[in-house]
Amino acid sequence: MDREIQRSESPLSRQSRPTPTQSSAEILALEPVGAYHRLVLDTGSDVAARVSPGHFAALAIGGRDSSMLLRRAFSIHRADPGAGSIELVFAVHGRGTKALAAHHVGDSVDLIAPLGTPFPLSGGPVAAVLVAGGYGSAPMFGLAEQILDRGGRVGFVLGAASADKLFGVGLARALTPHVAVTTDDGSYGSKGRVTDPLPGMIRELGATEVHSCGPMPMLRAVTEIATAYGARSHTAVEEAMACGIGICMTCVLPVVGEDGVTRFERSCTAGPVFDGTKVRWEDAGTLPAGLEGADAMNPHRVPAR
Amino acid sequence: MSNIDMSAPLGSHVTLPNPVSTASGCAGYGRELHRFVPLSSLGTITTKTIMPYVRSGRPTPRMAETPSGMLNSIGLQGSGIDHFVEHELPWLAEQGARVLVSIAGERTEEFAEAAARLKGQPGVVGIEANISCPNVANRGLVFACDASSAYETVRAVRDAADPAQPVYAKLTPDVTSIVDIAAACTQAGADGLSMINTLLGMVVDADTLRPRLAGTTGGLSGPAIRPVAVRCVYQVYAAMRAGSVRKVPILGMGGITSGRDALEFVLAGASGVALGTVLFNDPSAPVRVLEELESALAERDFTSLQQAIGFAHTGN
Ligand SMILES: Cc1cc2nc3c(=O)[nH]c(=O)nc-3n(C[C@H](O)[C@H](O)[C@H](O)COP(=O)(O)OP(=O)(O)OC[C@H]3O[C@@H](n4cnc5c(N)ncnc54)[C@H](O)[C@@H]3O)c2cc1C
Ligand SMILES: Cc1cc2nc3c(=O)[nH]c(=O)nc-3n(C[C@H](O)[C@H](O)[C@H](O)COP(=O)(O)O)c2cc1C
Ligand code: FES
Repeated sequence: MDREIQRSESPLSRQSRPTPTQSSAEILALEPVGAYHRLVLDTGSDVAARVSPGHFAALAIGGRDSSMLLRRAFSIHRADPGAGSIELVFAVHGRGTKALAAHHVGDSVDLIAPLGTPFPLSGGPVAAVLVAGGYGSAPMFGLAEQILDRGGRVGFVLGAASADKLFGVGLARALTPHVAVTTDDGSYGSKGRVTDPLPGMIRELGATEVHSCGPMPMLRAVTEIATAYGARSHTAVEEAMACGIGICMTCVLPVVGEDGVTRFERSCTAGPVFDGTKVRWEDAGTLPAGLEGADAMNPHRVPAR
Repeated sequence: MSNIDMSAPLGSHVTLPNPVSTASGCAGYGRELHRFVPLSSLGTITTKTIMPYVRSGRPTPRMAETPSGMLNSIGLQGSGIDHFVEHELPWLAEQGARVLVSIAGERTEEFAEAAARLKGQPGVVGIEANISCPNVANRGLVFACDASSAYETVRAVRDAADPAQPVYAKLTPDVTSIVDIAAACTQAGADGLSMINTLLGMVVDADTLRPRLAGTTGGLSGPAIRPVAVRCVYQVYAAMRAGSVRKVPILGMGGITSGRDALEFVLAGASGVALGTVLFNDPSAPVRVLEELESALAERDFTSLQQAIGFAHTGN
């Protein structure tokens, strides 16, 4: 293996995965926010109390006879244990999200939550930069609150293609004075990429943790910068998912394990939050060198025994 | 609830409390599904296909949603039979799961090797030989597309396997005559037939102008293929009635989402039904489908599952 994989032991605790619950959840609110939709669901159970920042929810769209069989995954933006509700923010992308946006308050959707491995949280105070692209900021405000509750400091770097695709700039400013905003077209904040203000923000805060959520090329670039500045990089990936619960094996990424061996790991169970230095970003979508079991995919190999 | 006898034969000396199984590759090795459905409540859980060695599977993208279906090209990712026997099977046995272990190889000997490793293992109620995969020794032709390869492989698995474990052969519908393959498998000693596996399909992405899946083609599953699956079960059961295929239980699958769908397979000749793609939509489907099937039988005045098996063939 030609990459560095030895990292110092993380002081952050990997959180255990709670048992997900499947339920028919009533829509309490559904309204546009900028280019997105905000969806509040009544979970009718203790689901909200079990949510940690980085967990996601998987929705089935259109009932039992729907022609859309696969689940749609969305980060949980907020969880309100008192009300038993969770809040999602979604973009209309294809057929499923289009149908979801056409739902009404009072309709029900089949919900499974909470799912996945959330962002790791330290017991004590840390300084962290939270980086997000577009709706990728959805899980970040809850995360910021948890870090602040533990006496830590946070900064935000929020980016999007254009102003309407930014989510939560106001929420970020309410939590911290350290907020940088970029847009590709310069329609809000500074023109450029989230990676432009990131080094300055890491230095300003003396950050040891960088949490990010957004498209893969962004997560890769953020990880490179975080690593160069001596901070740990926790990345929430968005890989195409069919089930969201770990039974279909569609959502895999090449990830380097504790033993230094690369395996295809499921982003719905081992992720969506991964140590960014362990994901072989440039090799996603390939069978990279050193991937365990890749030799077995070659029909001309000599049998091992 | 009604008093329907839901017991279902798996082989001549194995009977299951109910006919509902999971389809291979759609429930992993059970751990994740167990959070939604207690595995002991299933007739059997069929594992993801296991090979004698570690396999990475294919690169991503591995799936595409299609109308009432999906394409997958997972490529049999797995940690190998030893890992399964050491790390997954003991847990499954502890849960009281009845496990139908799906095995495969790229050569006949590899099938036999995997089958032998399962001898006497607690929890294993049977073996499903997934012969719908390429035979490296026969120019990559799928075992189940060639009657003599199918015969040879099923024979080898039957010989290597624990005599107490029924051996099922999993058939692909992508053949000229599924009846001929079914005949070859039962002649070779198969104790049951699982059908159907996915149909080969493909999506070209009209935006990227390229095939959607990294593997170019993939297997089509879900309700979109149900009529093909019912046809296959019906044809093979008809051949059994006519005496041209030895009579063995059929595990029917392909797009089942409800008890009514399951009943369709039973009436066509299936003794058991397996749920695949529906689990991605509704992981608690097995419990629901079993209840719905039981009610559907009661509503039609059947007093046992057994009575309904192949009923569509009678009186016409
Ligand atoms: C962990 C996670 C968190 C996410 N959080 C959010 C969020 O907070 N807000 C938001 O708007 N979107 C989020 N997404 C992306 C969202 O899941 C997709 O945009 C959505 O599934 C597209 O569905 P569709 O029916 O519109 O598109 P289609 O293309 O019709 O979807 C077909 C199938 O492909 C899958 N799929 C397609 N695109 C994606 C994708 N980008 N990621 C995962 N699966 C995909 C769908 O789940 C579905 O099974 C998240 C994805 C993941 C994996
Ligand atoms: C994601 C996925 C993975 C599968 N993996 C396997 C497998 O490993 N072995 C196998 O014999 N069949 C596999 N199948 C086929 C199913 O077991 C089943 O035969 C087929 O999907 C039809 O049933 P369904 O329409 O209910 O899904 C897979 C199907 C899907 C959708
Ligand atoms: S989405 Fe099905 S295993 Fe991850």
